[in-house]
Amino acid sequence: MAARGNTGPKPNGSAQGKICQFKLVLLGESAVGKSSLVLRFVKGQFHEYQESTIGAAFMTQTVCLDDTTVKFEIWDTAGQERYHSLAPMYYRGAQAAIVVYDISNQDTFGRAKGWVKELQRQASPTIVIALAGNKSDLASKRMVEYDEAQTYAEEHGLLFMETSAKTAMNVNDIFLAIAKKLPKSGGPGPGGDAGSSATGRRITEADNQPSSGASCCK
Amino acid sequence: MDGSATFVELDRSVGPGCSEVSILDPNESSFYDFVSDEEVTERKQEEPCEDSEDSSDNPEDVDAVSEDERVVRSLRERDKLVFILSEAGKPIYCRHGSEEKLVSLFGLMQALVFCVQDDDDQIKSITAGAYRIAFLNKGPLIFVAVSRRGETPGQLALHLGYAQSLIVSVLTAAQLKKIFEQRRNYDLRKLLGGADRLMDNLLDGLEQDPAYLLGAVSCLALNPSVRDSISDAIVRHCAKLKNLVFAILLADSQLVTLVRMKKYMLHPADLHLLINLVASSESFKLSESWTPICLPRFDANGFLHAHVSYLADDCQACLLLLTVDKDQFFVLSEAKQGIVQRLRRYKCLEAINRAMKNGGYTMQDVNIPEIRHFLYKARPTAQYTAPLFSAPYDDSYEKDRLLALYHRMHQRMLLPGSQRHLKLVYVVGKYECLLCWVTAFFELYAAIEPLVEKEAVIPRVEKLLNWIKSEESRLFILTSTTF
Repeated sequence: MAARGNTGPKPNGSAQGKICQFKLVLLGESAVGKSSLVLRFVKGQFHEYQESTIGAAFMTQTVCLDDTTVKFEIWDTAGQERYHSLAPMYYRGAQAAIVVYDISNQDTFGRAKGWVKELQRQASPTIVIALAGNKSDLASKRMVEYDEAQTYAEEHGLLFMETSAKTAMNVNDIFLAIAKKLPKSGGPGPGGDAGSSATGRRITEADNQPSSGASCCK
Repeated sequence: MDGSATFVELDRSVGPGCSEVSILDPNESSFYDFVSDEEVTERKQEEPCEDSEDSSDNPEDVDAVSEDERVVRSLRERDKLVFILSEAGKPIYCRHGSEEKLVSLFGLMQALVFCVQDDDDQIKSITAGAYRIAFLNKGPLIFVAVSRRGETPGQLALHLGYAQSLIVSVLTAAQLKKIFEQRRNYDLRKLLGGADRLMDNLLDGLEQDPAYLLGAVSCLALNPSVRDSISDAIVRHCAKLKNLVFAILLADSQLVTLVRMKKYMLHPADLHLLINLVASSESFKLSESWTPICLPRFDANGFLHAHVSYLADDCQACLLLLTVDKDQFFVLSEAKQGIVQRLRRYKCLEAINRAMKNGGYTMQDVNIPEIRHFLYKARPTAQYTAPLFSAPYDDSYEKDRLLALYHRMHQRMLLPGSQRHLKLVYVVGKYECLLCWVTAFFELYAAIEPLVEKEAVIPRVEKLLNWIKSEESRLFILTSTTF
């Protein structure tokens, strides 16, 4: 994605606590619940019949971590195969990714592994990747064992949680875990699309985008 | 397709690219055949009466019926079906059913297309009893419509053409061609995932919405000064953006304004695809979206990138900014914020909300009691206006019947392939009379009380035209705005 118009940290203002902005992308097979996770995280909503995403949807949400405010710029991508070639546009320059699969569908776990591989090869080397086994409320239809996924995540250095957008289980937690793991120091250069820098952009209140409408600090 | 067919006519073109030879169904001579009393009762009795003639319907035989046959039978309950398959016969889509279970039916359709093609010819339509089956073989795909709703082959061809455009809008013609050149047997459903709801919505719209029939769009009724302010806000924030081709504001599937790059026009058929995209995607309301979309009339081989967002939580009009630059999301996002702020400052959001809440006008507002309903298309701008459907067309059956009448009249008046291009037609029917009038500037289709004297009709219609003229600046976009 191209750079935003107003960028770069302002020289003062960091005394009241830092504000960091991170680009996060969700990837995974279609119908695993990527949009539902984002919707639960950003708006606290869940729709039983969430329609398939067209292209990609962009939302922002802010979380507070100790004295740091972390603003996520979230790209929720469509899982259909025809959009696959567009994915690099979204994970390029992303500091974090959530790769989602559906615990009741083994194929989607295989596809998630494919995304992890692609991210580790093509995305920023310092990208924080979280693996989300979504639809954990469907335990009776489970096809992917918790241990199997956890072992895989450990081997590949991923954060891992089973989530349920429906019950809200672990949804905020996985975003918070990512926020904790992201580096909050170091000054990214001005002029900044996060670009190749894997560090979040520090901004001040004055620099805040008017766009998000997201409520701060849930 | 229908085993009980007694009368089958093949309607072929007389060589590649030739205009269609219209072989009319003998029943079609009356406009009112399909709304005859018998048909009404048949509909009310629902379908069993039709199938009961079928001997295999006896309970003890049910198990003997193959799965295929059972699925085909469930399809027969529908008035209209649309199928899409690849030239290799692979199922791609079926309206009202699972294409998966219809493999042999798709094989039959493929065979019909190719056996006619072997004679250097093209199959256009088949008439089988009450059913009309239309074919469109375009590129690597075959489109088939089966209907007993009384459409003409020309109308069904129009519908299939839209279905084809929708697939191109998702994939581009170039990509479609390439896929099948590489693998003739490719299962296209893999690439169309999630597009089903766009297709379902489009096919429903083709039956319900006169916009498709007229090749026109309807505009949200607004005072011209408000519309100008809206266009102006868009121009102010977008004029300097390179590569932005179209900016379109929609409200309830109606056009609020359209701003375009000077050298490009937006074809109504492309606009219909965009309107369909927005109308079938509730999720656009939740966030800003960024999606590639191909507009087949603009460029069938390339994608535009669309920034799609609703103006605000308190104003449900949808703004589409279409660019050729795939990296412009944030630039467009910022432009959108600017547009919304300006619209808010100039109280345009309220004006849009008020117009949306009004929801249009009724024939009572027009105040010509003899006229029950009409469609009016301004031909130079491809915009149309129509009142809301009020009594007696406020129930869905009557509304469908009127729309079908408009469809047929339109076909007779205008569509290529019909033998006559008429200027004025007046049809006296059992339930209403229809007046259709086509000039270089407008098309008018009006449903008139059946008891009105013929001589009284023209003055009423002139009164209607005067009313439209007086409301013109609200109902239509009269000036075209460019960046």
